[in-house]
Amino acid sequence: MADAHTSKDNSTLFTSLGRLAPQLKPIIWPLIWGLLSALAASVVALVVPQVYRVLVNTALQPGNGTKGLWTGAAVVLGLGILEAGLIALRRQFVIVPATTVETRMRTSFYRHLQSLAVEFHDRWGSGQLLSRAMSDLNFMRRWMAFGAIMLVVTTLTVVIGVSLMFSMSWQLGLIFLAAAVPIAIFGFRFRLSYGRVSRKSQDQAGDLATAVEESVHGIRVLKAFGRGPEALDSFAGQAQELQATEIHKAKSLAVFSLVVTLLPELALGSGLVDGILLVSAGKLDVGALVAFFATAAVVAGPVESMGPLMAMTLTAKTAIDRHFEVMDAVNTVTDPASPVALDSARGELEFRGVHFRYPDTPAATRDVLDGINLTLRAGETMALVGVTGCGKSTLLSLVPRLFDVTAGTLMLDGVDVRQLTLSALRTHVAVAFEDTTLFSNSVRDNVLLGAAEQPGLSPEDVLEQALEVAQASFAYTLPQGVDTLIGEEGLSLSGGQRQRIALARAIAARPAVLVLDDPLSALDVNTEERVTERLRSVLESTTTLIVAHRPSTVSLADRVALLQDGRITAVGTHSELLAANSHYRYVLASLTEEPRDLDSHLETGLGEELAEELGAGKEAGA
Amino acid sequence: MSTTTGTANEDRVELSKADSKAVRQRSVRLLRTLLRPVRRRFIITVVLVVLSQAAKVSGPLLIAYGIDSALPAVRSGGNLLPLLVTGGGYLLAAVASSWLTATYLTATARLSQAMLLDLRIQVFRHTQRLSLEFHETYTSGRIISRQTSDLEALRELLDSGIADLASGIIFMVLTAVSIFSLDWITGLLVLAAAVPMYFLSRWYQRRSQAAYRSSRVVSARLIVHFIETMTGIRAVKAYRREKDNAATYDELAEDYRRVTVRSINLNGIFQPGLVLIGNVAVAVVLLVGGFRVLDHGLAVGALLALLLATKRFFQPISQMAMFYNSFQSAQAALEKVSGLLEEVPTVLPPRTPVPLPRAQGHIRFAGVEFGYGSGPAVLPRLDLDIPAGQTVAVVGATGAGKSTLAKLIARFYDVTAGSLTLDGVELRQLSIADLRRAVVMVTQEAFLFSGTVAENIALGNPAASRAEIEAAAREVGADGFIRALPDGYDTDVNKRGGRVSAGQRQLISFARAFLANPAVLILDEATSSLDIPSERMVQDGLHQLLGGGSGPGGAPGRTALIIAHRLSTVAIADRVLVVHDGRIVEDGSPAELISGGGRFAALHGAWRDSLV
Repeated sequence: MADAHTSKDNSTLFTSLGRLAPQLKPIIWPLIWGLLSALAASVVALVVPQVYRVLVNTALQPGNGTKGLWTGAAVVLGLGILEAGLIALRRQFVIVPATTVETRMRTSFYRHLQSLAVEFHDRWGSGQLLSRAMSDLNFMRRWMAFGAIMLVVTTLTVVIGVSLMFSMSWQLGLIFLAAAVPIAIFGFRFRLSYGRVSRKSQDQAGDLATAVEESVHGIRVLKAFGRGPEALDSFAGQAQELQATEIHKAKSLAVFSLVVTLLPELALGSGLVDGILLVSAGKLDVGALVAFFATAAVVAGPVESMGPLMAMTLTAKTAIDRHFEVMDAVNTVTDPASPVALDSARGELEFRGVHFRYPDTPAATRDVLDGINLTLRAGETMALVGVTGCGKSTLLSLVPRLFDVTAGTLMLDGVDVRQLTLSALRTHVAVAFEDTTLFSNSVRDNVLLGAAEQPGLSPEDVLEQALEVAQASFAYTLPQGVDTLIGEEGLSLSGGQRQRIALARAIAARPAVLVLDDPLSALDVNTEERVTERLRSVLESTTTLIVAHRPSTVSLADRVALLQDGRITAVGTHSELLAANSHYRYVLASLTEEPRDLDSHLETGLGEELAEELGAGKEAGA
Repeated sequence: MSTTTGTANEDRVELSKADSKAVRQRSVRLLRTLLRPVRRRFIITVVLVVLSQAAKVSGPLLIAYGIDSALPAVRSGGNLLPLLVTGGGYLLAAVASSWLTATYLTATARLSQAMLLDLRIQVFRHTQRLSLEFHETYTSGRIISRQTSDLEALRELLDSGIADLASGIIFMVLTAVSIFSLDWITGLLVLAAAVPMYFLSRWYQRRSQAAYRSSRVVSARLIVHFIETMTGIRAVKAYRREKDNAATYDELAEDYRRVTVRSINLNGIFQPGLVLIGNVAVAVVLLVGGFRVLDHGLAVGALLALLLATKRFFQPISQMAMFYNSFQSAQAALEKVSGLLEEVPTVLPPRTPVPLPRAQGHIRFAGVEFGYGSGPAVLPRLDLDIPAGQTVAVVGATGAGKSTLAKLIARFYDVTAGSLTLDGVELRQLSIADLRRAVVMVTQEAFLFSGTVAENIALGNPAASRAEIEAAAREVGADGFIRALPDGYDTDVNKRGGRVSAGQRQLISFARAFLANPAVLILDEATSSLDIPSERMVQDGLHQLLGGGSGPGGAPGRTALIIAHRLSTVAIADRVLVVHDGRIVEDGSPAELISGGGRFAALHGAWRDSLV
C-alpha cells in the first residue's frame, strides 16, 4: 500500500461526521421531515400494543358487545396503513436530496482531483481514487438516507419503548434498563476496533482496484513474459488479505450483536418471572404485563438493529474520512491571486536560476534541475539534449506548470509563469509528451482539443493542416475517417500513429510556445524526415523547446542546449557543439562505432521515389 | 446465437424477452457455480440460521405459556414449577438465539467472502487469459468497473442478503407453524396475505430489472471516464480539458443519480407495500380472533400470542424486500460479469501440450496467413525460416506488418492459416509456460507496475536472485541510473513510473528481457526512446546475450527478431527482412541488401543522412 493513504485514526466519530454538515445544510429540512416520518412510523408501531392492552382489558372481556372490537380492529388497521404510509414518506423526503448531495460531492471530488497537481496523481493509484469516488460516496449516501435516520429513530424508539415499559411497570422497566449499562461500555470499545478494521478494509479494496487497473494497462507486458500466473498470485494474495480483513470485521460485528441482543433478552427473561410474581401478588394487572411484553417485542427489533446500524455509521465515518483526505489535499499549483494578463504572447521563454526537486526526494540528494539558466528568443527552436534520465522531461513539464519550480523563475515574455492564470499559460503553451495520451473521442476532437481560433480558417482547415504537418493524413483512411473513435474506447492505433496524432494536436493549438518531448521517437526514418521538413516551416514563428535524442531531430533546431548534471552546460548550434563539446559528441554522435563494411557499400543518392513509397505505405493497417 | 453473447451489446438496457431471459439465466448460473464449492458451508450457515430463528420464535410461546399456565399456577396454589420452566426456558432461548445469531453472522461473512474471492480471481484470471484482440476493444475502465462496482453489488447481496433471506424465510415458516399450532384459522388468514404479496413482487421484479441494468451500464460509463481522466491527467492539464471533462462527468454523475433514484423509488413502493399488506393482515387477525374470543372460541392469551406472532411473521418482510432488492441489483451486475467470463479467448492453450523444455529457437512460417478479426489479410501468405541463433532485423514502413510478424511469434495472435512452428512444434501445441519461457517480446510501451525497480525487473524471472537482477541491469546499462535513484533498486516506481523517464523505463524493460533469458527474443521498437549512448549500451549487451558469434564453447546463440526504424540496430543483425504490405520483399545479410540497391539500401541511406 502506498504511504499516501495510510489511515489517520486521530479523528473522532463526531468530528468526521461533522464534516458532512456543510453538505447537509441545504437538505436539512427534507432530512428532518424524513426523520420525523420514520419516527412517527415507529411510534405508530409502538401504539399498536397499547390498543391490544385496552382491548384485552375492555372489549374482549366476556359479555361485551362487538362494537368495541370493531373500533379496535379499525384503529389497528388505520395505524397499520399509517405506518406503511410513513415509511414510504420517509423515502420520498430523503432519497432525492440524499442522492443530490452524493452527486454533488462526487462531482466536486472529480473537479478537485482534476485541479490537484500532477505530483499528487503520481502518488495515488487511480483505483484507489476510484474506490473513493464510487463506493465510499455510495455508502455515505446510504448512511445519510437510511443509516443516520434509522440510528436516530432506533435510539428514540428504544427510549420511548423503554419509557412506555416503565409506565406499565417500573420494576420490570428497571430490570430491562440494567442491561443498557454493559452495552454502552462495550459499544465504546466496539467503536474503536471496528472503525480500525473498516478503514483497513476500504483501503485494501482501493488498492485491489489499483491492482486490477495495472493488470489491464500492463497486459501486454504480462503476456509477453507469460507472467499472468504471477500477477494472479499477487492479486489473489491481495484479495485474500482483504478477505481476512472482511471476516475479521464481520466477527467483531457478530460479537457486538451478540452482546446487544443477549443482554436485553436476559433482562426480559428475568422480567417475565418477576412480572408473573408481581401479577400474582396483585401489584400488576395482566393487561399491563401483556402490553409490557408486546412493547418489549416491538423494541427487540430496533435493539437488534443497533449493532448493524452502529457498524454502518462507523463505516460511513471511514468513507467520509477517506473522501476528505483527498478533498483536503492542497493543490500546489494554483492560479495567482492577482494574475497578470498576457493576451498575446510573443513566446520569449527564460529559465533564470531554475531549481527543481521532487517533493519526496531525500534531503541529501541534489536537485534534479540545479540552476538552469536558458533563454529562448521568441520564435526560436531550441533542442534539448542530454543522456537518458538527466531531467529533460522534468524541465519540459515546468513550462506548462505541471510542476512548479522549487527555486528561481521561469518567465514567458518577461512574466513569471506563476503570475499567469493556468488557463492562460496553457493556452500559450502546447505540449506533446513522450507518453501519448489520446482521449476516447474522434480523431477530429482529439486534434482540435486545444485548437485556437484562426482567422480565415475553418476548424476543418485547421484539422487538415495539422494532420498534414504531422504526416497523420492516414486518419482520413480510417474506417470513419477523422470521425473514427480512437483512444481507450475506440480503435487502437500503433505507437507511431498515436504519436503523430498527438503531434498534430500540439500543432493545431497554434501556441506561442511549443514543448515537444521526443515527439518523433516512434516514427520510421522516412516519415520522420517528412515531419521534420514540414515542422520546420511551421515552427518558424513558434518558440519551440524540443527534446531530441537524434541528430535528425536536432536539425530542426536553431540552437541546441545541453543538459548535464542538472545544468545547461552548453548552448550553441549543432555543429558548434559537435566540434567543441565532448559530452555532446558522446550523447549525440553515433557513427563512430559503425562497422566499416557497411559504409563502403553506401549509396550516396537517395531513391526518392522508393522512400516515398515505403513511408506512405499502408499506414492505417495494423 | 443470441445477440447478447459475451460482452457484445452489454450497454443495452431494453432487451428482447428471449435475450433478457438468456442473460438472467447466465447470471443465475454464475451464482450457482459460485455456490457449488461452498455448498457445505452454505448448508451449515443455513442450519445455524434455522436454529437461531427457532430459538427466537420460542420467546413469544414461552410468554404465552407463562401468562396462560404459570400465572394461574402461582395464583392458585403457589406452584412455582411452571414459572421456573418459563423463566429458565426464556433465558436459555435468549442465550441460544443470540449465540447462534453471532455464529451465523460470522459464517455468512466467511461464505460470502469465499464466493467473492472466487469470483474476483475468476474474473482476474479470465481477463488475463483473454487475447489482446479483446483488450484492444474492451477498455480497462470497463474491466475495473466489473471488478469493483459490479462485485460490490454481489457483495451486498451475499453479505446481508443470504442471512436475511434464510433467516427471513425460516423465521416466517417457524412463526407460521407456531401460528398454525395455536390456531389454524389465523394461520389461513396469514397465508392469504401471500397472494397480494406475490403480485406486488412480480411487479417489482419486472420494473427493477431494467432499472438495475441501466444502473450497471451508467456506472460503468462513469468509471471509464474517471479512469481515463486520472490516467491521462498530464494531457488533461496541458490541454485545459478540466472544464469540458467536468461537464461530461457532471452529466454522467447526474445520469447515475437518476438511475439510482429510479431503482430506489421502486423499492420505495415495494417495501412499504409489503408492510401495508402485513399490517392489514394483523388487523384482520385481530378482528376475526376478537370475535372468537367473544364467542369463547379462543382464549385471550392465545389471541395475544397470535397477534404477536402475526406481527412477528411480517417483521422480516422488509428484510426480505431488501434481499430481493439486492438480488435484483446483484443479478444485473452478474449479467455483466458473466458476459465478460463468457468471452472466449481467441488464443487458447492446447489441451494436450507438446513439451519443449529446452527450446533451440528455430522458427518456421509455412504458408502463414493472418488478418485481424474478420478484417483484410495483413499477411497474405508468408514462408519464412529463421534458424536457431540467428539475429534477424525486420524493417519496413509503419503498418507494413512488422509488428504483426512479431505478435504472431509471441502468440499474441494465432495464425489464420498455415503453420508457425518453434523447433518443429506448432506454437499452438506448446503450453503457455513453455512458450513464454522460450519466447519473450519487449514492446515499445514499457509498462512499469507499482512496486520497486527490482520487482519490476524480476518480472522477467521471478526466481531470480538480487545479484542476477543487478547483473541484468548492468548488462543493459541501467545499473547506473537505478543506483542513483533514492533507494536504488528498492525505489518504488509508483504509479506508471511517475519519476522514471520513458528511456529509463525502456532500459528497465530490457533488463527484464535479459533476466528472462529466452531462446527467442523479440524487440518491437524497443529502443525508440533511448538516447544514443544508452542505445549503444543496450546493443553491446544485446550482442553478448545473443551470443554474437563468440558464444562460449560454441553454444548456439539466441534467436532474435528485432524491429526497429533506427537502423543502428541492424548493425548486429545477421539477416535483414524488408516487409512491405505484409510480404517479405527483401531478404539477405545487411551487406548484401545494401549492395543490392533495393528498398533497404534506400532506407539505410536515408538513415545515414539523418545521423549527422
